[in-house]
Amino acid sequence: MSLVLDVMLALAVIGVAGWTLLVRGNFPAVIGFVAYGLLLALVWVRLGAVDVALTEAALGAGATGVLLLFAVVRLRGGKAEIDAATPSPPQRVAAAILCGVVGLGLAVAMLNLPDPAPSLAAEATRHLPLLGVGNPITGVLMAYRGLDTLLEAVVLVFAVLAIWSMAPDRRWGAIPGPLFPVQSSGPLSLLARVLPPIGIVVGIHIAWVGADAPGGKFQGGTILAAMGILAWVAGLWRLPPVASRGLRWAVVAGPLVFIGVGLLGFVIADGFLSYPPGFAKPLILLIEAAMTLSVAAAIVLMVAGPPERPA
Amino acid sequence: MIFGVTGAALVALGLYGLVTQPALLRKILAFNLLGGGVFLLFGVVARRGAVADPVPQALVITGLVVAFAATALALVLVLRLFQITGAATIAEDKTPP
Amino acid sequence: MNLFLTLFSGAAITAGVAFFIAGTVALLRFPDPLSRLHALTKADSLGLGLIVLGLLPWAGGWLAALKLILVWLLVLLAGATATQMIAEHIRRSEPPP
Repeated sequence: MSLVLDVMLALAVIGVAGWTLLVRGNFPAVIGFVAYGLLLALVWVRLGAVDVALTEAALGAGATGVLLLFAVVRLRGGKAEIDAATPSPPQRVAAAILCGVVGLGLAVAMLNLPDPAPSLAAEATRHLPLLGVGNPITGVLMAYRGLDTLLEAVVLVFAVLAIWSMAPDRRWGAIPGPLFPVQSSGPLSLLARVLPPIGIVVGIHIAWVGADAPGGKFQGGTILAAMGILAWVAGLWRLPPVASRGLRWAVVAGPLVFIGVGLLGFVIADGFLSYPPGFAKPLILLIEAAMTLSVAAAIVLMVAGPPERPA
Repeated sequence: MIFGVTGAALVALGLYGLVTQPALLRKILAFNLLGGGVFLLFGVVARRGAVADPVPQALVITGLVVAFAATALALVLVLRLFQITGAATIAEDKTPP
Repeated sequence: MNLFLTLFSGAAITAGVAFFIAGTVALLRFPDPLSRLHALTKADSLGLGLIVLGLLPWAGGWLAALKLILVWLLVLLAGATATQMIAEHIRRSEPPP
């Protein structure tokens, strides 16, 4: 029974992926991509990785989909140019053969993995009581591989900086993204007034339960960002200009707290990013709270794009 | 194992799209399909032990967030290219303006 | 009691799935956007509602049951908003004959 379900799900994912590549218009392709992301989230649930499923649905399908839709509306490419750049049929066949070989090689490798599978699960779960968190994935993200997560937090800041640097000189310090007219009535206005209070509670809840259950700063931060984007698109909330101090602090708060706690580890524990015994959980929660804010701010700013309107 | 083969197929599809699609937006889409396939391979490998291994899962979450940031940056670059040159591809044999 | 609950859940979920199948078939077969939207909303709101109703006895605690109902209400809200906006767009782009 579950085998049939898995095969159907796998075929649906591959089918939607193929359709996304082949369909002619950009808009249907993006819709196909969002469907692909949601189906992939179901696959992650089937693999028992609920944390990844939440991230995939929120970031991979939702936030990336919004980003792509914004780009589709702004990009109206010339058709002649695209035809000129389309590879000829022999090139396509050659590409198909090469990609098929790559896929086949990967599939063969997957079917011939070494049999007693190496796993770090026992190691990761053994020390969890010392950290005081119940979700092993949060434990890995915040303690064993804390440096990776810190670098990733910094990557988000750099991505925002790189996007801002695309602005024309005269717009530096201005307000990012297009201006949406205020929706004083209609369904969008209703949704943008009713949903954010619920969404903010859900976002904070998901970030909070990340310590012991599936969830965490990235998933919760994405939901908070979605609420911000909804209010912005409905014209109910104006994005602050890039020069705003509060905005800049919100983006860097998470990495700064993370680095601060890491440096504190030299003084009160045994090195960078090590937590003193007994204080691991409060410190992890502090970092998670600051990171949730920064992730949400960074995602809103990445969707909005470079500054383009005078403040 | 079904999902392992699915991941391999997604990598192949995404790679094909990345090579053959002319428009930059579609190349970015194909790149994300490819990324999804790679993450899925990770997930299948993580699932093989008796309990799900949290280390590859945490790496996939990190990867998803970085992939989102990279996609955002790539799209802004494409939009800027479009604003400046009016081009939505990186074809070389364009007639000079 | 348990048998009754199982029968009740089975009936509710089967009815919900039937609504989803009917809605999907209609989405693919109906000729114009407005009737497709009409079909889709039935599948979304009633189909999902019936499935949630069928799952409620097995949620394991009133908090989880409350979350299931919240999910249904949020889908109702989002679905209704999206449908209204698409319909509004259709009405504005093609004036009625």
